[in-house]
Amino acid sequence: MTAGRLVGRDVARVEDAALIRGRGRFVDDIAPPGALHAAFLRSPHAHARILRVDTAAARALPGVQAVLLADDLRPHLTDMRLVVALPSPSYRLELHRPILAAAEVAHVGEALAVVIADSRALAEDALALIEVDYDPLPAIADCDAALLPDAPLAHSGADSNLVAQMTVAYGDVDAAFAAAPHRFAETLHIHRGGSHSMECRGVVALHDATEDRLTVWSSTQTPHAAKRLLCDLLDMDESRLRVVTPDVGGGFGPKLVFYPEEVVVPLAARLLGRPVKWIEDRAEHFVATTQERDQSWRVEIATDAAGRILGLRGDLVHDHGAWTARGVNVPQGAVAAMPLAYMVPAFRMTIRAAVTNKVPVTPVRGAGQPQGVFAMERLLDRAAQGLGLDRAEIRRRNLVPADRMPYATPLKTRGGIAVTLDSGDYPRCQQMALDAIDWAGFPARQQAARLAGRHLGIGLANYVEGTGRGPFEQVSVRVEPSGRIVVASGAAAMGQSTATMLAQIVAEQLGADVADIRVITGDTAATPLGIGGSNSRQAVLAGSSAHVAALKVREKALAIAGTMLEVATEDLEIEAGAVRVKGAPGLCVTLAAIARAAAGQPGFMLPGGRGPGLAATEEVVIDAMTYANGTAAVEVAVDVETGGVTILRLVFAHDCGRALHPRIVDGQLMGGIAHGIGNALYEHMRFDEQAQPISTTLADYLLVTATEMPPVEILHLHSPTPLNPLGIKGVGEAGVIPIPAAVAAAVEDALAPFGARIRRVPLSPVDVVALVDPAAAGPR
Amino acid sequence: MSESRHIALHVNGERREAETPVRQHLADFLRGTLGLTGTHLGCEHGVCGACTVLVDGRAVRACLMLAVQAAGRAVTTIEGLAAADGTLHPLQQAFCDHHGLQCGFCTPGILATLVEYLAENPDPGAEDLRIALSGNICRCTGYDSIVAAALAAARALRGEAA
Ligand code: FES
Ligand code: FES
Repeated sequence: MTAGRLVGRDVARVEDAALIRGRGRFVDDIAPPGALHAAFLRSPHAHARILRVDTAAARALPGVQAVLLADDLRPHLTDMRLVVALPSPSYRLELHRPILAAAEVAHVGEALAVVIADSRALAEDALALIEVDYDPLPAIADCDAALLPDAPLAHSGADSNLVAQMTVAYGDVDAAFAAAPHRFAETLHIHRGGSHSMECRGVVALHDATEDRLTVWSSTQTPHAAKRLLCDLLDMDESRLRVVTPDVGGGFGPKLVFYPEEVVVPLAARLLGRPVKWIEDRAEHFVATTQERDQSWRVEIATDAAGRILGLRGDLVHDHGAWTARGVNVPQGAVAAMPLAYMVPAFRMTIRAAVTNKVPVTPVRGAGQPQGVFAMERLLDRAAQGLGLDRAEIRRRNLVPADRMPYATPLKTRGGIAVTLDSGDYPRCQQMALDAIDWAGFPARQQAARLAGRHLGIGLANYVEGTGRGPFEQVSVRVEPSGRIVVASGAAAMGQSTATMLAQIVAEQLGADVADIRVITGDTAATPLGIGGSNSRQAVLAGSSAHVAALKVREKALAIAGTMLEVATEDLEIEAGAVRVKGAPGLCVTLAAIARAAAGQPGFMLPGGRGPGLAATEEVVIDAMTYANGTAAVEVAVDVETGGVTILRLVFAHDCGRALHPRIVDGQLMGGIAHGIGNALYEHMRFDEQAQPISTTLADYLLVTATEMPPVEILHLHSPTPLNPLGIKGVGEAGVIPIPAAVAAAVEDALAPFGARIRRVPLSPVDVVALVDPAAAGPR
Repeated sequence: MSESRHIALHVNGERREAETPVRQHLADFLRGTLGLTGTHLGCEHGVCGACTVLVDGRAVRACLMLAVQAAGRAVTTIEGLAAADGTLHPLQQAFCDHHGLQCGFCTPGILATLVEYLAENPDPGAEDLRIALSGNICRCTGYDSIVAAALAAARALRGEAA
């Protein structure tokens, strides 16, 4: 892969200079003078009617400026609900969540009041003085149970708990199954937890009463969507409202959703005429920030005698949570990911999304894809076991081969766009992983270990991931008359080096250093249009726009310099902040001088004939997603006494097209792999039967630490995509996707002497012990 | 209203005096009262390590210590790690060189933990460092780059070529 002067190289990150000195500016670091602090009263019940709320004592507490209930907000809002559901014909229930609950609460953590006080501590003191009479209602915690005929209703006004239903299908799947010589079925329970970015959410709002202008800082992945909603809800025109994303301490999905607090805090600032700040604490994050959770898959695969896939079918029940905070994109993404790496001639999956009295579900890094891959890879392992085939061989026979690329599948994205696998060599990628982990030599290792009383296992999983979801991301590139280069983008940075990526691409074309470029992301005042961070899309969409805009600015700079220096543009080059005549480095004009010339003088013609200003704004539109792929192979040791699983080695072979910054690519993958290990073995958001959350500290909900990380080897293939000018594919989520499937396969292999079948993740030590000796473990 | 006290302490080598509510923890005092926002809060229940600072040279969770308990002590935060002329501490430099930070939210606490650890263990192995870091959660990096950075910093602190 050819690297440029900067693109494709491990340049120093532009983010680090401030962050490493503690000079970052995260939302909680923004402290406008005179700011007040908000704290939200959250329901302790999973489901209850609100009979009475008495705020008198809270209001009377010195230092409390306001206590607001839904009724207090109503006169100032155009809607009391957040209408944010992505379009889908599948909805059976409209579940727009209330900004503050007024009559009924539907999950623990749902907000029904806000206190605004001189300090956060005082605001929390006041929360304790609010008296609420609740009438507890039956709650539903389990998504499968929610769809049974006599299940308690999650919302007392609804007639069922089925919020959405859809079928994704192509080919004659029943005929394929009827004719198939072999079928293998499984029932799987797949749990994922929250994102748990180290920084929780937060909002700071500043209202300028003189001009009725609002500035809102929010730790969000989607500032432009937030602005649109705020303008609608507060009935403010766009020119008066600015949403800014400061430094974000990790996003991983849930920060792309718009939350009640993001409108309550700005409204409070407008009503009280003082800046207002709300910072979510971790305890709130567990019950108020969206998460992923439970899915039950009943799935079946049909194959011929050689293990070739003839069909896939089944149904999926998905825990939607209490409200539609985003849509049905998680189960949709899960089902879409299921067949993607393989040639599957007939397919039918039915999705039923069930309302539960729990925190709403929206995408977490991977967005359903780890679950879809888990289901597919478990079925392939079953088929391999049933047919007596090697688990790698059955995959090799079914992976889409390189000579079929581009490979048009019959699937469509949620936006109705055809799913066409654009480039890659999936079998080769798998082989790289197998070679690196010595798959062929494993049976001998396993045998030797068993003789020594140790249980080793190996597993693998493939994934193909749709990345770079369109349609566009706006980027403007401007050379100021000072010579400074400013890049502004609708992309939102949340720790994935977005600013470095944009600076690299632009500096490459303008002969600059990465450190010379000032990058502004996530500020609606700097970029009128934007979609934001999700779907591993920012390098693909914003990167492409940055590249094209930089090329335009370069071309214009050369044309103007050609006029100024009276030489043909072909004889010019850009280097170190100036345009020079090739071979005559003394003959040059600085970018600053060019920008000044392009700024114009009254009465004089603009040089170069290219119009005023040394700037370009681009929105490269790319509708089709580009598909990245990879293979994870994992070797584990299982302690059959304690149920402890140790990952001895993890190999990750992947293809994300061209790599803009190899070290950042590895960093994104490693973070995802760690998250995937958490999903496989540790992270479990637990609720009891009444839908009370019971894992609400980081001591109960276990995030992977340095000691749980195995030795990881990352291997790269580079199949540039033809879909964007840089040839890149997204990489922000890839790492997480195949890990739970590969770890489960390896643990199952290790426990083969016990006839263990793994049908759920995460796998706690208790689960593992139960697999070794079901009788000893008792019912679970 | 909560009772408050006047305290004096040294922060990053400077003597500071301020009023603090007795119930305020050290992290809120540093961030809010003194404006040193480089110290971060990730959980406020002592698990994530993001709030770690050095108190008299010991790594301490600033969310688990009251500000009043820091009276008369010397506190070092991330703002105080670089040399007076702005030269980065070898750990800071190594984190930049090895992509040891992504979002950077966990980084101040991890640096404080490592400053203490490397002072007592100048020549650690990768496994020792993983154990030393097991009280600090990073959701972004998967830790490999952090361990690589710490090893490089240890070499630099020992005066060897990184
Ligand atoms: S904030 Fe102190 S340990 Fe997490
Ligand atoms: S760099 Fe983001 S949490 Fe560590």
